[in-house]
Amino acid sequence: MLLELKANGIGIVGYGVYIPRWRIKIEEIARVWGQDADSYRKGLGVEEKAVPSMDEDTTTIAVESARNALKRAREVKPDEMGAIYVGSESHPYAVKPTAATVAEAIGLTPNITAADTEFACKAATAAMQACMGLVKGGYMKYGISIGADTAQSAPGDALEYTAAAGGAAYVIGGGDGVIAEIEGTNSYTQDVPDFWRRDGTRYPTHAGRFTGEPAYFEHVINCSRALFEKLGTTAKDYDYAVFHQPNAKFPIRAAKLLGFEEKKVLPGMVVSKVGNTYSGSSLLGLAAILDRAKEGERILMTSYGSGAGSDSFSLRLTGRIEGKRRLSPPVKYYMERREYIDYSMYARYERLLGVMGHV
Amino acid sequence: MGTTEFGELWDKGLKDLAWEAGVKAVEAAGIGGKDIEYIVFGNMSGGLFVGQEHVAALVADFMGLNSTPATRVEAACASGGAAFLQAYMAVASGMYDIVVAGGVEKMTDVGAGQAAAILSGAMDYEWEAYFGATFPAVYALMARRYMHEYGLKSDTLAKVAVKNHYHGSLNPLAHFRNRITEDEALSSPMVADPLRRYDCCPVSDGAACTILAPLDVARKYTDTPIVIRAVAQASDTLSLLGREDLCTLRATVKAAGKAFDEAKLSRKDVDVVEVHDCFTIAELLALEDLGFCKKGEAAGLYGEGQTYVGGELPVNTDGGLKAGGHAVGATGIKQIVEVTRQLRGEAKNGRQVEGAEIGLAHNVGGTGATAVVAILSRR
Amino acid sequence: MAMSNSGIPQHWRTMRERYRLLGARCEKCNTNYFPPRNVCPKCRRRGKTTQIEFSGRGKVFSYTVINASSRAFERYMPYIVGLVQLDEGPRVLSQIVDCKPDDLRIGMEVEACFRKIFEQDDGGIISYGFKFRPYDNSWAKDFDGEVL
Repeated sequence: MLLELKANGIGIVGYGVYIPRWRIKIEEIARVWGQDADSYRKGLGVEEKAVPSMDEDTTTIAVESARNALKRAREVKPDEMGAIYVGSESHPYAVKPTAATVAEAIGLTPNITAADTEFACKAATAAMQACMGLVKGGYMKYGISIGADTAQSAPGDALEYTAAAGGAAYVIGGGDGVIAEIEGTNSYTQDVPDFWRRDGTRYPTHAGRFTGEPAYFEHVINCSRALFEKLGTTAKDYDYAVFHQPNAKFPIRAAKLLGFEEKKVLPGMVVSKVGNTYSGSSLLGLAAILDRAKEGERILMTSYGSGAGSDSFSLRLTGRIEGKRRLSPPVKYYMERREYIDYSMYARYERLLGVMGHV
Repeated sequence: MGTTEFGELWDKGLKDLAWEAGVKAVEAAGIGGKDIEYIVFGNMSGGLFVGQEHVAALVADFMGLNSTPATRVEAACASGGAAFLQAYMAVASGMYDIVVAGGVEKMTDVGAGQAAAILSGAMDYEWEAYFGATFPAVYALMARRYMHEYGLKSDTLAKVAVKNHYHGSLNPLAHFRNRITEDEALSSPMVADPLRRYDCCPVSDGAACTILAPLDVARKYTDTPIVIRAVAQASDTLSLLGREDLCTLRATVKAAGKAFDEAKLSRKDVDVVEVHDCFTIAELLALEDLGFCKKGEAAGLYGEGQTYVGGELPVNTDGGLKAGGHAVGATGIKQIVEVTRQLRGEAKNGRQVEGAEIGLAHNVGGTGATAVVAILSRR
Repeated sequence: MAMSNSGIPQHWRTMRERYRLLGARCEKCNTNYFPPRNVCPKCRRRGKTTQIEFSGRGKVFSYTVINASSRAFERYMPYIVGLVQLDEGPRVLSQIVDCKPDDLRIGMEVEACFRKIFEQDDGGIISYGFKFRPYDNSWAKDFDGEVL
């Protein structure tokens, strides 16, 4: 069954992002493992990825992103925010809600519903749909969904070149403050074991090339097409398309398959310089587009979460974007604000090494 | 009065140290244990260092005085000085005649990291230690600010360390008896910028003990009772957050003011000083806050050996805390013992300040939340 | 010792102030305090204190780089601790992050950020709270330099 929700005046009221400052180049990772950097760079289209500081984690990234989003959603009063969701696959606690800490840190407690969501890299977009429903149903004025991750990868595994840290937050609601109306959303979900991590194991497992056709493309393409059908739109009706970015190749190919010219997809591509920020990935890409899109322009965003599923959104910019854009740093700022580290420092920050008995 | 050696004394526990200092004091005073009417002992954290609270009771018991009333006083690193004030008040009130004021700390049974964590209780735990501040770090913040406001250079700090190690080399009971050079001090590892290893006092085991009595009672036991002209204590904010001036310890200023008023003496009258040099910067601040020179000018006292034995104002003739050692609860008493030695002409090895008549001891808790100043005289 | 897997209520009691830089303001003498106080030291019983959330903007008043920490902070060494004078008046002690020691200056502008303070071993809790980073609004020049 296709999920269809036409939002009618409901949309994004504020957005904010955060990317940690450290970067490691794929050459440096390849050097340590004696692999061919060139082939990874060409194959993945990724040059470097963002690494969190020792004192950063999904929760701190979520708070920074949310604070930036609230700066833009300046008309929202704390007691008007009815829900907070944090979507991640690297929640710092297995049991203790990230959303509660974030809610406390941004001053939204206690009259709010909160939950952590998980669905690989689409945890936060699913939560955006929940917010839309709660707002449209009249249960609350505004809700916030945050996607943040400090992705873990096994040292020496191909994922190490892309698993990165970052986040983005979206405040959903209605009224005069809407900067991008959500014209419709659609989802597509099946049980596909392309990428998983068993409880208690430290690093995820992926099924190699199986993560392509039957997983990423099956869901991204079919989900997007179904949305087009319901809304009566085609790629030509969109000015921008942004997809989940596990590497730079998949989204470009997905765009092509859906009939988008490359120039519509490139503005939302952040993965080459940031890596795959998992639950933040498509949302960071969307933010990069919101940082420049003009009134009346239309965006398709389709996320993807392994396991597997996609959420598609059709968004239309209102005139409100101009006044709000300047209220917190653009994606470009975070992408340009960077400092390189070598693998030994990376190993320290990623907790590959214990220090004096601490892990 | 008496003190133990200060240092890493593996084979002496807390009660051994207290007993040793106590015995030395009692023998030196020529009194009997049964003459002691009240015991006040300074100790910062017997509980966290060796799992022992109720320290004064333990000390009294182990000294064979298990029915003598005994109380522990805690004011972080000023526990000794605060104990001295309490003992002084007990005698001055007329309630007791012979009172022991001592201090003891056994710090080396735990590892360095744990000792650092325990000592951080002297600061504001919730808003300083909680965020990762260590004891050297909070004094480093003061040092950095002082450098910014008064142009202090690191080599002045090194001079303080060199002097105290020199004095320590003349003191058989000091924790460190090696002499060091300015170069060694300036190239030692950084602990909390700008404070290096040689800017920081060690963690020591030790105990010290003094016996107080009304002057006429004291004269029955000794020909050379040292007169306590004044003991004064004052407070300041617990943490650096609320300090008006990061480079001034108001508690020291106030306590010194009260003490000199009560003693009816001026700074020029003082012949020897024991100040609380938990860090080299603290010695400079102390000399200023005690009124021996203007704020920002203490560096001027280190250019020509003025603060060495034989100079205009000898400071920390036993090595201070830096070389003498800092067994936290004992330090305040140890300082008074050294001043007493100087006033009696009993300092050996070339450490004696010729003709010392008036001495001052200055003990500080934490970053200055407590300060105790005692002024003693030979007559 | 002080940071063992215990002290949960103590850690929780100061959580809100630590997350959001909440202090107190005395309405009578218009003085701001951090951390919050039950009573204004100047006015005592004549004062009236209310809660205030600080903006997080301030200047470095002093700083140090710690090379020898207590056990709870060993994994982060070396790190920078500073006294920050908040724009609203009070001083706070906090770590300074995203900054090289050589770039530290007394008087430099900083802003609050949200970071981990420490993590207890053996499955204990993670403590979060404020730290400060250099204030950087260079991105605002893209918007005519005006930051609202």
